[in-house]
Amino acid sequence: MPFLAYVGIFLLLPTLLVAYEAFFDAAGNFTFANFDELRQDTIVHSFISSIVLSLESAVVGSLLGGVLTYVVATGSPDGLLRRTVTAASGVLAQFGGVTLAFAFLATIGPQGFITKLIIDAYGTDISGGWLYEPLSGLVLVYSYFQIPLMVLVFLPAMDGLRPQWREAAESLGGTTWHYWRHVALPLLTPAFLGAFLLLFASGFSAYATAAALVSQGQPLVPLQIANTFSSEVILGRENVGKAMALGMIVIVAIVMTLNALLQRRASRWLR
Amino acid sequence: MTATTGTLTAVDTRTGVAGPPRRGLQARRRRRLQAFRGVVLVVLGLFFLLPLGAMFEFSTRGVGEGAPRTMEAWKRIVTDQELNPAIIASLELAVITSVVALVLMVPTMVWVRLRVPRLSRVVEFLCLLPLTVPAIVLVVGLGPIYRWLDGHIGGSILTLFFAYVVLVLPFVYRTLDTGLSAIDVRTLSEAARSLGSSWPTVMLRVIVPNMVAAVLNAALLCVAIVMGEFTIANLLQYVNLQVAILQLGQADASLSIATSLASLIFAFLLLLILSFAGRRTRRTGKDPSPASGSTPSAPADGAQDPVSAPVLTPIVEEI
Amino acid sequence: MATDIQLATSQRSAVEVRLEGLRRTYGTVTALDGLDLTLHPGELVALLGPSGCGKTTALRLLAGLEDSDGGRVVVAGQDVTHVPTNKRDMGMVFQAYSLFPHMTALDNVAFGLRLRKVPAAQRRARASEMLELVGLSAQANRFAHQMSGGQQQRVALARALAIQPTVLLLDEPLSALDAKVRTQLRDEIRRVQLEVGITTLFVTHDQEEALAIADRVGVMRAGRLEQLDVPVAVYGSPATSFVAQFVGLTNPVPAIVENGSALVLGVRVPLVDPATPAGAGTALVRPEAMDLRQLDAAQAGTEAGAGTVSAISFLGAVSRVSVDVPGTGTMIAQLPTADVVDLRPGDRVVLTVRPDPVLVTRAAAAR
Repeated sequence: MPFLAYVGIFLLLPTLLVAYEAFFDAAGNFTFANFDELRQDTIVHSFISSIVLSLESAVVGSLLGGVLTYVVATGSPDGLLRRTVTAASGVLAQFGGVTLAFAFLATIGPQGFITKLIIDAYGTDISGGWLYEPLSGLVLVYSYFQIPLMVLVFLPAMDGLRPQWREAAESLGGTTWHYWRHVALPLLTPAFLGAFLLLFASGFSAYATAAALVSQGQPLVPLQIANTFSSEVILGRENVGKAMALGMIVIVAIVMTLNALLQRRASRWLR
Repeated sequence: MTATTGTLTAVDTRTGVAGPPRRGLQARRRRRLQAFRGVVLVVLGLFFLLPLGAMFEFSTRGVGEGAPRTMEAWKRIVTDQELNPAIIASLELAVITSVVALVLMVPTMVWVRLRVPRLSRVVEFLCLLPLTVPAIVLVVGLGPIYRWLDGHIGGSILTLFFAYVVLVLPFVYRTLDTGLSAIDVRTLSEAARSLGSSWPTVMLRVIVPNMVAAVLNAALLCVAIVMGEFTIANLLQYVNLQVAILQLGQADASLSIATSLASLIFAFLLLLILSFAGRRTRRTGKDPSPASGSTPSAPADGAQDPVSAPVLTPIVEEI
Repeated sequence: MATDIQLATSQRSAVEVRLEGLRRTYGTVTALDGLDLTLHPGELVALLGPSGCGKTTALRLLAGLEDSDGGRVVVAGQDVTHVPTNKRDMGMVFQAYSLFPHMTALDNVAFGLRLRKVPAAQRRARASEMLELVGLSAQANRFAHQMSGGQQQRVALARALAIQPTVLLLDEPLSALDAKVRTQLRDEIRRVQLEVGITTLFVTHDQEEALAIADRVGVMRAGRLEQLDVPVAVYGSPATSFVAQFVGLTNPVPAIVENGSALVLGVRVPLVDPATPAGAGTALVRPEAMDLRQLDAAQAGTEAGAGTVSAISFLGAVSRVSVDVPGTGTMIAQLPTADVVDLRPGDRVVLTVRPDPVLVTRAAAAR
């Protein structure tokens, strides 16, 4: 069937290629050397940075996004609020870091709107390197797409909370707190954790935003990988890039599998 | 009606009993909820709208201190020589990708559903696989393949669609899957076949019209994704819309910011319009209570509306 | 209103529930228009009516899940109108989907006890007891999605009763179930209710259910009670034409009222409402009150109830015969099957009525 052929060529093959070639060096010899390279400081550092950044942005995204999801879910199902937020979330979650990066530059970059306001008001220029530092500025920018992503993923679960459960809890003598503690939160937890994992994977894989904002160095894994392919670097490092890519795949695959398992539990309860 | 709906009907000032309207407990609870929602929406709204507003502000700045606002940059979106081909290329790619993805997926999914249900797990797995492989990794593996393609088909940017289709697979799959689940494909096709139609006819005239919302949904998702894609294009060294924006960033900040904002708004409007188109087959909330205060019905039954293609939520329903 | 749970099988003594002048509007729609209803201690009252008549609103007002716009709710002599739901000490069974999906049946039933800080061992014992009461001890460790609809509702019933509430509320508990299960379960519910002796309000749109298990039936329409009486009376002596037509089948037959009785199809029958004004009107006649005799081909068949059989439905012990009467319409007569075993569609018959009291409405008043 054409479908299988297509997927085979364009998805499986590249993935396998990456995995495969990670085991070879420039000369074509089978080796684990590429993986040894991974233990280089810069690379280890970039993996750690990526993971930390992903974790932080996932936490921010899931918490704030969770609250926003609640707000949307408790509104009218056909209302303008829900449509607007859902559409906006769809855009922001997908729409690639370049636009995002520029949005933030326009706000708090050197020429940014807020920057100017603050300069006028307080005389300090807040745009410094901090925006480009991962783990502080980048978390802020990443939130911009993590929160919408959270809304998109989590909304079905929230919708799945039936009003009868709340009413039943009440009729049995429970307060709002009881309801949340014994019923709603336990029910939402698998979906929430699943969403959190998804956010993590998304943050980890993000390339565009970082590429647009970070001008020096490659503090994150995706940037490192890209770096091994650009012409600045001597050839032969490419396969190290593939080893890193393989590393990424492994991490993301683990995360997504956990996510799938959690979703199955959630869907059993919340359909 | 529970407090979780949070929509209060117009305060009825002509209650049978004289006194302040709605001093009841449910009403109080609803008011508290509304207040909470309001606060959250305002705070987050600011967070999200501020950068957008800043983008607009930036892109309309005049040259020099105290210069008046101008739409210069915006006008240049259409005229700039470097930007134009990129915009057009992205648009074309978006269309091609959607078409190819749909043509590939719709028959396959219908076929699998009808003839080989056992394969559905496999198809599902394959379709969700792209989510596991980050774009950056995919690009690494795609390098050699594209080099081969370049040699044989030419290096047009439009060849990107091959990769893009893979990229949109999970979302298209999810959307179509929800749409297909909502209609009884087997019964419809059997009915059509028993009336004498051939398979292509069944597909085109019976099944697809019943999932228009899902198909449209999928198509527009493709468009949004393709328009926003950067990683693959950049690393394969093509210049699509996003790449162009970045490249322009240094040279002409106003223009690139204006373009960014424009593309965001474009995609947003697209998706918003779609959400209205899908209204007829919407999954309603499970709450049977009066909504929006306009046509209240006594909350007599908990019967659910038929579940159909939700508008945007399917893209994230994982297994 | 903290309650102590006695874990012996002692029941609490049943209470009286009064709804006084309850009113509820949603915007411009009036769901309840001054409802007055008293439930005597230990009795099961069924609220019956079509969708939108306000019966569920009444129940939810009683439960405290809705605020009222006027009127009072009085339980055991205390005004609870402004008491929040979780303090009203009422057990409620919903139409569907009310079991907590992440808890086993046992945990569901024990939930109310857990909220009341009953120690674990006693909770468990009490919950098991309740599950046994509804016949589901075997399902104690199953989850909602592993049980059938009927089983889920039984668990819901056990859960509602576990906290020994003062009042039991059932919101169309059988509507989402299969026909066969419905019949079985409604008898179950009645059995349990009688055993526990709890004052109960049962809301339904199915008149057969209401008539079968209730001590009294309240028929509602558009926010008002049209009739509140024992099932036999609601069926046999409907107070309004709406009740007559909603509960059971009726045939509208032209009649003339004079001298305190009605002339229907040539038979003089007493009136349900002696005050019915004289003159022409429409009598609402039950199918089982109709009788028929066959005509030979030779007979003219010009009497009032003469007509042609159009269909016969065999229902087991009885059969329903549809007869087209020119000028009046299609009448349905219900007779023992043995009596109509030779009847065929196309036969010519004459319909008459038995002298049971009928309700006569005015043509103009019929809404």
